[in-house]
Amino acid sequence: MSAWKEFTKGIFRENPTFVVVLGLCPTLAVTTQTINGLGMGIAVIFVLTLSNLLISLLRNFIPEIVRIPAYIVIIASFVTIVQMVMKAFTPELDRALGIFIPLIVVNCIILGRAEAFASKNTPLLSVMDGLGMGVGFTLALTLIGLIREVLGSGTITLQLAGIGTVIDLTHWVQSPATIMILPTGGFIVLGTLLALIQYLKNRSAEKAKAKKV
Amino acid sequence: MDVNKLFVITMSAIFVNNFIFSRFLGLCPFFGVSKKMSSAIGMGFAVTFVLVMSTAVIYPVNLLLVRLGIEFLQVIVFILVIAAFVQMVEIFLKKMAPALYHALGIYLPLITTNCAILGTAFLVLKERYDFVESLFFAFAAGVGFSLALIMMASVRERLDLAKVPKAFKGLPIAFISAALMSMAMYAFVGFVK
Repeated sequence: MSAWKEFTKGIFRENPTFVVVLGLCPTLAVTTQTINGLGMGIAVIFVLTLSNLLISLLRNFIPEIVRIPAYIVIIASFVTIVQMVMKAFTPELDRALGIFIPLIVVNCIILGRAEAFASKNTPLLSVMDGLGMGVGFTLALTLIGLIREVLGSGTITLQLAGIGTVIDLTHWVQSPATIMILPTGGFIVLGTLLALIQYLKNRSAEKAKAKKV
Repeated sequence: MDVNKLFVITMSAIFVNNFIFSRFLGLCPFFGVSKKMSSAIGMGFAVTFVLVMSTAVIYPVNLLLVRLGIEFLQVIVFILVIAAFVQMVEIFLKKMAPALYHALGIYLPLITTNCAILGTAFLVLKERYDFVESLFFAFAAGVGFSLALIMMASVRERLDLAKVPKAFKGLPIAFISAALMSMAMYAFVGFVK
């Protein structure tokens, strides 16, 4: 039961993008298309889950002083695997994500979970934690990508390696605002979403207070 | 040495392809350390310093990797070089320049996981810059990063006093300010070809 709780906390209560606000660079840089956000998210799920698992298994063997370099090497190895797989099977995604694939190494979410969770918990819980955080990150990136793509180019791209489709919404979204797929749009969309979450949080806090009185 | 190209690289890294506003590199420290002007300046200097030095170290390391035909190890080797280098800079500064160490001290360890540093290493490869061009690019990228950080810090210091809608307090309004700034920076596109 507690394993399930570790899984869901990453999706809502401790969502890495919207609540903890970590790993911002890929969040804003690659979300010009829905599929890029999704692809980035899946790459992060892979690296995060496996690095959490390995670090958790090795947690009693890695000496305290060299733990950070050790974590970084483990994470970098998985990132290298992702990089090779993407180059081989989804070259267009590899081109779209560009330098942000190797930069998964320095994504603070992954090192953060290694340090804060996997180094102190059992392998099962760490894997669930990694999966949950990864899924939370993926959902956030896909949502941001979806909003930006619909507003910015009037399409929803769900196509990878020739599978899937591009949904054309230009009939409803006439003259899309290119600014949304420019860097500016990324800042605006994430800022507005964060404000929305803060608003909902404030409201539920006020409700809880009103109930108490 | 192609002076014109160096000039174009420098200008474009500072203004047109600013690390924060157009390439989205180093956003975590950008939002994390931009609350106060003094820390923004410290972080800016520290990043610029490490960027130039680590580029100077990574360039020959990469040549070695290519010579040995093990380029697939780039990610692991680069991040280790950066981590080791940052540690070395810290020890060196502590011994040789205590004043500078105290000014940059707390920012140095954070720099290892700053994607601007590793990002520069990969951008230099992607653009196929030679050694001198890489150094100019790294320096200009650092200056651009510092410029963005200092601009953001001066805006946020005033935002603290402003009346902001409750939902937008804190990070959300910082994002919106960054959006406006990046829109202004967009005016530089076309400045260099």
